[in-house]
Amino acid sequence: MPAFVWLTILTALRVLSRNRLRAGLTMLGIIIGVGAVIAMVSIGEGAKLAVQTQIATMGTNVIIIWPGATTVSGVRSAQGGAVTLTVADALDLKKKIPLLSDTAWAKRDVMQIVNGNRNWNCPVNGISPSYLTIRDWSFTSGGPFTQADLDSAARVALLGQTVVENLFEPGEEPVGAVIRIKNVPFRVIGVLSPKGQSAQGSDQDDIIFIPFTTAERKVFGTLFLGSVQSVFGSTDRTEDLPEAVEQIREVMRSRHRLQHEQPDDFTVRTQVDIGKVQEGTSQTLTVMLFSIASVSLLVGGIGIMNILLVSVTERTKEIGVRMAVGAKRHHILMQFLIEAMTLSLFGGALGIACGLVGAKLATIIAGWPTIVSGEVIAVAFFFSLVVGLFFGLYPANKASRLNPIDALRYE
Amino acid sequence: MPLIVCEDVWKIYRVGDVEVQALRGLSLVIERGEFVAIMGASGSGKSTLMNILGCLDQPTRGRYLLNGVDVGHLRPDRLAEIRNQQIGFVFQSFNLIPRTSALENAQLPLFYRGLTLKEQRVQAAAAIRRVGLSGREHHYPTQLSGGQQQRVAIARALVTSPSLLLADEPTGNLDTQSSQEIMAILQELNREGITVILVTHEPDVAAYADREIVLKDGQVLTDRDRKARSDTVGV
Repeated sequence: MPAFVWLTILTALRVLSRNRLRAGLTMLGIIIGVGAVIAMVSIGEGAKLAVQTQIATMGTNVIIIWPGATTVSGVRSAQGGAVTLTVADALDLKKKIPLLSDTAWAKRDVMQIVNGNRNWNCPVNGISPSYLTIRDWSFTSGGPFTQADLDSAARVALLGQTVVENLFEPGEEPVGAVIRIKNVPFRVIGVLSPKGQSAQGSDQDDIIFIPFTTAERKVFGTLFLGSVQSVFGSTDRTEDLPEAVEQIREVMRSRHRLQHEQPDDFTVRTQVDIGKVQEGTSQTLTVMLFSIASVSLLVGGIGIMNILLVSVTERTKEIGVRMAVGAKRHHILMQFLIEAMTLSLFGGALGIACGLVGAKLATIIAGWPTIVSGEVIAVAFFFSLVVGLFFGLYPANKASRLNPIDALRYE
Repeated sequence: MPLIVCEDVWKIYRVGDVEVQALRGLSLVIERGEFVAIMGASGSGKSTLMNILGCLDQPTRGRYLLNGVDVGHLRPDRLAEIRNQQIGFVFQSFNLIPRTSALENAQLPLFYRGLTLKEQRVQAAAAIRRVGLSGREHHYPTQLSGGQQQRVAIARALVTSPSLLLADEPTGNLDTQSSQEIMAILQELNREGITVILVTHEPDVAAYADREIVLKDGQVLTDRDRKARSDTVGV
């Protein structure tokens, strides 16, 4: 760095340290603006990650197919009310669509569960074994049931953590125990690892899985054998999801013999679709953040401009002396620009510090997850620099255009 | 080639609708190494002439040659360069930068020459020594007496080894003793070869100069060689 710039920075620091209160008040706008942005972005990023983690607990590249609504004498039932999806649909989809790495099906009902003198009410899912791999369920003890269990309608059950907590003593080993679901005895063969809240806010661990065949024949009872509530599929690559969805619709429409003008009697959603809804929310948040940030940076910038104009007036004589001993226009311009940028950069740095403390406090006091990204800090710092440059330009230019004689004569 | 040549220099200001003719066809030649006092009543055009000689201002009409260069039509940045390289200023009110040490004040012109900090320090320290302020390099202007402040200002003016030193009422704010010290320094610098032009209305101060130019209404009223006269008187 040339000696001139270096010394000008030193001069600027000295001038600012002479008027600490004034400099501090001037920087306040920038401090608040940058601090608010850092804190809010950290909280926003933390929330976003939490949501993403929840969505990821659904599994990897998951596609979900629900039956459509039925219309009986003009009265429409809720979505999923129709009994139009079958095990055969799921098997046929896997056979006809190579993009799908696997398909699974499930049927669900809420049941009373009894273990000795304890009982609990929770959803029971009759599933195909592939469901566990598609939805990424793993085990803390025991293991999954197999195709053989499905074929033989075995009375085996997998328990979620919440169910275990409510049906067993702490420290008691559930695997091997026999529980009763609607008075049918089931042997527990596995305990699932916890997944926590779903993206919709329900407890994913409050669940029991049993083989689909066992569920429909021995527990739930059914009108149509082989009818399911939902079919699941998954692809190996995320980018294959839209194509897979298209192919699923084609296969399903032809299987259900839908005419051209008839609407789908099923609904297909992917994990990505569900993620997008959440992204939309965080996008709104980001736009709001940036509006707040720009307003406070604008106010901070005006503060800097104001104080620099005062400074130029106060130091008119000094400017005259500097010009007399050979300062050129750009020297004076640089001096005040550097002063403005020193103010805004100091403000920016203090703002970043305040923002980091704020984010930390949000975690400690409110328990919100926060993520501080280096990118946000860099952007905040860059913007404070730009604000200093932009709002310093007018006063600096004004100073540099002073006439040396008038400036020297100024009292 | 003379250091300063003014040929029919006019300076006309406009204050509102009124036209003020501060200089009216002034002509002047000053050789290298002269010690000139410019005198005259207020409104005689002294300050305007000083501003023009110091390249702070430019003539409305006529030519001003400094070192043979017509500075009348140069751009402001070029004038700044000339001031930095050839001219040293000493003002009545010292005009030191407040809350800045004596050494740093003396460094100021070098700062705009783009010298390294070390070179600036060395040369400024030498200038401070030359005006007899060794040991006070790190004093702030407020910690120095008027005479000492004016010495710092002289150090600032001579740190660039200028060919011309312009002193505008340098003793106007000083007591008699300090005035004598300051004038002695200027006289010494003149003996070392620097051309000194002094604006004053005090005859005592003007007496240090070798030549006395009196202005009236923007023109030279009298221009006499004090040295020559005193020589004559002496013989």
